[in-house]
Amino acid sequence: MTTRYFGQPIKRNEDPRLLTGQALFTDDVHLPNMLHVAFLRSDYAHAHIRSINVSAAQAIPGVVAIYTADDLGDYWRPGPLLVPPPPVKDLIFNPRMQVPLAKNKVRHVGEPIVVIVAESRYIAEDAAQQIFVDFEPLPAVVDIEKALAPDAPVIHPDLAHNLNAHVIQRKGDYAAIRDQAAVLIKRRFLYDRGTAAAMENRGIVADWDAKNEQLTMWDTTQAPIPIRNGIAAMLGLSERQVRVVAPFIGGGFGPKIMMFYPEEVLLPWISMRLNRPVKWIEDRSENFYATTQERGQVHEAEIALTRDGRVLGIHDLFLHDAGAYAPYGLTVALNSQCTLLGQYDVPHYYSEFKAVFTNKPIVTPYRGAGRQHGVFVMERLLDIAAKELGIDRVEIRRRNLIPPEKFPYNNEIIYQDFAPLIYDSGNYAPALDKALALIDYTNFIQTEQPRLRAEGKLVGLGLVTYVEGTGIGPYEGAKVTIETSGRVSVATGIGTQGQGHYTVFAQVVAEQLGVNVENVRLVTGDTAEFYWGAGTFASRGAVVAGNAIHAAAVKVRQKILKRASEDLEAAEEDLELVDGTVRVKGSPSTAIKLGELAARLNPLRGAVKPGAEPGLEATDYFGPERGATASGVHAMIVEVDPETMQVEIKKYIAVHDCGVVINPMILEGQIQGGVAQGIGNAFYEQLIFDENGQLLNASFMDYLLPTADTVPRVEMDHVETRSPLNPLGIKGAGEAGAIPVGPLFAQAVEDALIGYNIEILEIPLSPNRLFELVLEPQQGS
Amino acid sequence: MDNLHTLSVNVNGVTYTRAVEARLLLSDFLRHELNLTGTHVGCEHGSCGACTILMDDQAVRSCIMFAVQSNGHTLTTIEGLTPDGNMQHLHPLQTAFHEKHGLQCGYCTPGFLMTLLPFLAENPHPSDQEIREAISGNLCRCTGYQNIIEAVKLAAQKKAPRP
Repeated sequence: MTTRYFGQPIKRNEDPRLLTGQALFTDDVHLPNMLHVAFLRSDYAHAHIRSINVSAAQAIPGVVAIYTADDLGDYWRPGPLLVPPPPVKDLIFNPRMQVPLAKNKVRHVGEPIVVIVAESRYIAEDAAQQIFVDFEPLPAVVDIEKALAPDAPVIHPDLAHNLNAHVIQRKGDYAAIRDQAAVLIKRRFLYDRGTAAAMENRGIVADWDAKNEQLTMWDTTQAPIPIRNGIAAMLGLSERQVRVVAPFIGGGFGPKIMMFYPEEVLLPWISMRLNRPVKWIEDRSENFYATTQERGQVHEAEIALTRDGRVLGIHDLFLHDAGAYAPYGLTVALNSQCTLLGQYDVPHYYSEFKAVFTNKPIVTPYRGAGRQHGVFVMERLLDIAAKELGIDRVEIRRRNLIPPEKFPYNNEIIYQDFAPLIYDSGNYAPALDKALALIDYTNFIQTEQPRLRAEGKLVGLGLVTYVEGTGIGPYEGAKVTIETSGRVSVATGIGTQGQGHYTVFAQVVAEQLGVNVENVRLVTGDTAEFYWGAGTFASRGAVVAGNAIHAAAVKVRQKILKRASEDLEAAEEDLELVDGTVRVKGSPSTAIKLGELAARLNPLRGAVKPGAEPGLEATDYFGPERGATASGVHAMIVEVDPETMQVEIKKYIAVHDCGVVINPMILEGQIQGGVAQGIGNAFYEQLIFDENGQLLNASFMDYLLPTADTVPRVEMDHVETRSPLNPLGIKGAGEAGAIPVGPLFAQAVEDALIGYNIEILEIPLSPNRLFELVLEPQQGS
Repeated sequence: MDNLHTLSVNVNGVTYTRAVEARLLLSDFLRHELNLTGTHVGCEHGSCGACTILMDDQAVRSCIMFAVQSNGHTLTTIEGLTPDGNMQHLHPLQTAFHEKHGLQCGYCTPGFLMTLLPFLAENPHPSDQEIREAISGNLCRCTGYQNIIEAVKLAAQKKAPRP
């Protein structure tokens, strides 16, 4: 009997190394003769640099070198634009990219100004304290709504204003249908900044081997191959002279795919200059300023509806906070624009955004990558519409769901992958029904909630839907090899940050080759092992790399069948791959071990057939035409303590559809973890900047991550709608859990506080903020 | 560099004698002097718990201790849980984390394990709420904690693990 691996909750191959402390993380790389790097960073959000005096620092024993922007010569140049703007008509785009070290001017707190190289990190930090920078402080742009004011300080003087981009996308003709609407609802929505806060900070070790003319770089990046290509180009090396290794990485969540961070540009340059290995490990304080952040939007949105709750159209104007530089193009804002319509059949949509520069850390995607902003606006508009029209909140959603017969569904706007935003497949009503059953909706609304309210308890329910564009191109590749020992090795270019790639990709291979998952050894994120690829982002690892690995494994399977057919004198269709052997069906003793077959295909003497390829190995690639759209419904019941305004989650459910599931255990782990981050985003985490652009809560003492006593068990169910865009039928799942939690909190808390008559139009919330919201109407009256 | 202090400490059954600066953090000493890199550093503020180790069988945060403070004490790090280095010989708590998918990126995991060992020794059959409180000082950004709680329950069920 053939064992199934695909779709099974198989335990993870990577666990033993991680559980025993043997897994290699970047800071675990120790090289002989290694130097250590620290940075002097700006204390000001916006200032001119008048002068820098490093002489006292240079005199400290153990300091090896100190570099400022001027010392970099021609190597000093702004980073590349990672993502060009999409082909949208009349788009305005003013890219301004980060620099390796600030020259003349600093544009956010934490921007690096001086790099210190010393025999130890302790000495390097001592030296940083002895460097004197003479700043001329400038007024800072902090509030995104003031960034475009005529008297706003200008961050990039060559621009004369702070506009990073202006984009308008349209579907249908909103202006024309606005007059036909029975109801128009307009609100202003705020979504403030947060940080990914991966438990491992960033880090880099660079080692230039002059004798071999070979640069090796360990980097906590999500995209080792593009880092290799870029660093080689910057340093004038061949790509083959540069090896970038993204080893085990302690969480990515998006910011670790930003490139190039100044530290990534500087470390290899320093190693080549000093001819010694160098290491820089970010500390948590640096992480709060020097690693990219996300969120920060203000929306003015209007929804037009018929009397029976059908959405005629949406009109949305929003501002997006790009931060001090915008190397990642428009991805985050486009995701907001393109995710807003969600699961709903909306005929008319007008969406216009302006991305603005501010004197705050750079914004790039972080789990959800702007999608949650769009979902927040749409779900809140529907909640308010349901109240005004006297329609149940579930019913108004159900009435507007895209029906299954309308897929593929064209939203007629351009997505972040520059392809038209076409949902590949979906079946939304069954997921909604499952969610209602899991949360016991009718019983709660009709019986439980009235009963608990009668007891004086502030209990509320939330239920929201969302979509997630996943699995975008361009492509990934993989090489699958059966070694003569019978072990299988798989190499792919993407990096891994905890998603279980060592296991799910092994399952994909095991399914084709009939080997045990434990016998499949994965290598990810080492450019010496696989040359081509893009990286881990946009919930695309399983979809794009997974299908590339599948394609390569299918090729190896074909090679096995072809040769075994000759050696076993049986037709290919009479063969099966079981337990690491290929054998004749119904005659299990007529078999060859795969390792033996691999050895036969790689003889040391004798002749092979002309044109024969050695061994059992294949490389293949996969690039989808466009992204696959996953979807889901989350619901929860909360109780609010009127004394403290603390919100306790009594029950949380998620029904999710990410197409065919490779490993349900890992999928559920992704969702549970995503929900935890969403809870943080909705109720605990907010980066608070003062009017000078100073971050006031830059530590884990002050910036609150969700803890084990605040995150509930998420009860889950699944719907499986295959994606037609890839052979495995899968859709991405990495970001989904985090996306809908903001509007879910808003709806549930509003429901719980129904007697207070508040409208929640902002995220993040907090007990303090809820108090303010509850007090505001009273003060006004 | 002149003011070095001699310290002698037993780590995972081995006694090390080293001369270190007074300001050297215990976490840096373990990771960079002894090359015991399984102890991870997440915040250097004592607030995330990733660097938790055992000192005389009590959980302590090695990032807010100086190496010299460990002089004369007995430490256990994550490497001490499987002393023979054989991955087949995992501690029952490690096995339970594997069984219940209690880790994703794995960076915070050593800190959770070292926090939980003395907790389970004192409280071999904890309730859900007691487990949540016990690990509420350890941050995990990947798992959402639920599977960690399941792992602790499984480990407790299987046996009361040795500290």
